[in-house]
Amino acid sequence: MDRRSFLKTTAATATLAAVGLPVRAADPLKIGFIYVGPVGDMGWSYQHDVARRAMEAKLGGKVVTSFIENVPEGPDAERALTQLALEGNQMIFATSFGFMEAAVNIAAKFPNVKFEHATGYKRADNLATYDARFYEGRAVQGTIAGRMTKTNKIGYIGSFPIPEVIQGINAAYIHAKKVNPDVEIKVVWAYTWFDPAKEADAAAALIAEGCDFILQHTDSTAPQAKAQEAGNVFTFGQASDMEAFKPSPRVASTIDNWAPYYIKRAQALVDGTWASESTWGGIGTGMVKIGEITDAVPAEVKAEAEELIAKIGDGSYHPFTGPLKKQDGSEWLAEGKTPEDGELAGLNFFVEGIAAEMPK
Amino acid sequence: MITLIKRPTPSRFWSFTTPVLAVIATMIAGGVLFSILGKDPVQAIKVIFWDPLLGPNAAYFRGQLLVKAGPLILIAAGLAVGFRAGIWNIGAEGQYIMGALAGASVALAAYPAESHWLFPAMVVAGALGGWIWGMIPAVLKVLFGTSEILVSLMLVYVAQNFLAWAAFGPLKNPEGYGFPGSRNLQQYPSAHNPELFAGTGMHWGVVAALIAVIATYVLMQRHIAGFRIRVAGEAPRAARFAGVLPANLVMFCLGLSGALAGLAGMFEVSGPSGQITDSFNAGYGFTAIIVAFLGRLNAIGILLAGLLMALTYIGGDMAQLMLGLPTAAIQVFQGMLLFFLLGFDLLTHYRLRLGKGSK
Repeated sequence: MDRRSFLKTTAATATLAAVGLPVRAADPLKIGFIYVGPVGDMGWSYQHDVARRAMEAKLGGKVVTSFIENVPEGPDAERALTQLALEGNQMIFATSFGFMEAAVNIAAKFPNVKFEHATGYKRADNLATYDARFYEGRAVQGTIAGRMTKTNKIGYIGSFPIPEVIQGINAAYIHAKKVNPDVEIKVVWAYTWFDPAKEADAAAALIAEGCDFILQHTDSTAPQAKAQEAGNVFTFGQASDMEAFKPSPRVASTIDNWAPYYIKRAQALVDGTWASESTWGGIGTGMVKIGEITDAVPAEVKAEAEELIAKIGDGSYHPFTGPLKKQDGSEWLAEGKTPEDGELAGLNFFVEGIAAEMPK
Repeated sequence: MITLIKRPTPSRFWSFTTPVLAVIATMIAGGVLFSILGKDPVQAIKVIFWDPLLGPNAAYFRGQLLVKAGPLILIAAGLAVGFRAGIWNIGAEGQYIMGALAGASVALAAYPAESHWLFPAMVVAGALGGWIWGMIPAVLKVLFGTSEILVSLMLVYVAQNFLAWAAFGPLKNPEGYGFPGSRNLQQYPSAHNPELFAGTGMHWGVVAALIAVIATYVLMQRHIAGFRIRVAGEAPRAARFAGVLPANLVMFCLGLSGALAGLAGMFEVSGPSGQITDSFNAGYGFTAIIVAFLGRLNAIGILLAGLLMALTYIGGDMAQLMLGLPTAAIQVFQGMLLFFLLGFDLLTHYRLRLGKGSK
């Protein structure tokens, strides 16, 4: 069978299934995933895999899933996506920002396969995007860190200077400052999402500078281990709960909880109601979850954090609420104003008071 | 007791047989590894070596084989010339990055002008970028006697930092909402290195790789310069008496391998990859070293070795997907290939004698 006729057959099968006319009713729908890291990274890719398994368990029998891990961003991602499409997967999750161009190209080649791309901004009729408001978790972390720090120095391991990370640094700083006017934030750019050695170096550098809280936007537990070694340094679980470091140094965590979204989208595929859209979920929708706040946190701080979580969750408070100024002193948000999602999604400046410079 | 007796000259028979033996041994040891992991070893080997070539959907994967093998062969062809002369360029990965950066910079500077001259200019820039990065260790070696192994390797890390800087800074897509990464050259017709025939995976980089294979074959087998290179590697003193200038040789070998690696990077960024991103380099420069040795530093051998290596990548991905093999197992499998090749190499240079060695 040549490629073209194969594509047609696959496409036809996919169409039939997608409009709710499975070739055989008992056939489960195939759903594929590509991960940028190993499933054992205990962070980003691990959380996507947890959600994949939850989806399969929840929709028991109606879907079967498979995945390819450690997919480099670039042409290899295109091949991996094509491979999943050729294998007859009717929905494919591309779970890293760097898969964006590949997802756009392959979605165009397989118009009857549904694609879901995490954290990107390019969509098509069969390419949806989804992302989580990680900055909501950062607001909680900033509050706890601001209250508890003894040195008034908070360290932040940045991965890349992209909007998602900049939102996190700003949210952490704004909320730490709110409860502790003397606080400063120090940022080290690791230029990686997952590299235990580099992350450990970054954590060590921040600790040496006197930071007693380390926030990380990278996925390994290396910074947690460094903090434990140093003693009297606290951290937050990133992406996954990182419960091995409870009750201290890890005093709370921001958990990427993709399962409800994956279940919802798979259900939509099964029901034939899937449509391309952009989802940006947060604490309110359960996509961002705050892990257990341990007893290392004083009770009144814990209560304050929980109140903040509740207010963000019910929508009565937005972590970016004016008055807020940009780092250069110019006005960003007037009293009581909150930013549009579109503006936040492209955020590329620090707020006033952060001394760190944006890498050029 | 087994004793080893050095052969007066390397065995021709074994130098052709050992790569085949290494592949077979890798299949056996890999099969054992896969069965320990609870997978059917025969099925796993079939998925890795057979399915991408002749299994279902093979028409697509055969094209991908060329996409994957093209840069490996192009880089390895250049490296092998230097390796024959005993000049060790370990930094092809850096030269690959710099070639891509140079080529993409030319395209992005011209954007959005359309011209037939743009792509040729990018090819020249790509080769030049890699050539310059290869000439740094060459010049340092000639002037100060530094080790080209260390300098070329260290320059990989410098190049990676250049790449990150470019992706986040000057080459960043101004319409990319602040996200890192350049414009996609696939959407810029004059700069795009497209598939020459739809579905075949054949792009200009693959064509360049084939030309490089033929050119280095002619150079090494039929040309006096190739003879000098080989003599320099096998008998450096004799080469000097024969009037081979070590300085020229070092510059030629590092310059050539740098330029070819740069070209590979340029064809990749303008074609299959499309974009300069901080993670653009996918390790081709390092894998090409394996390809060069697997191919016995011989142009035709490298062609086959490049295709074989690409096959293990593509088949490895398939094994992950269809059998749930972890990537780490696939990487061990690829590592075994080089391990066995170097191990069996013993047979090329030594004769085995069973029984008691004579005292």
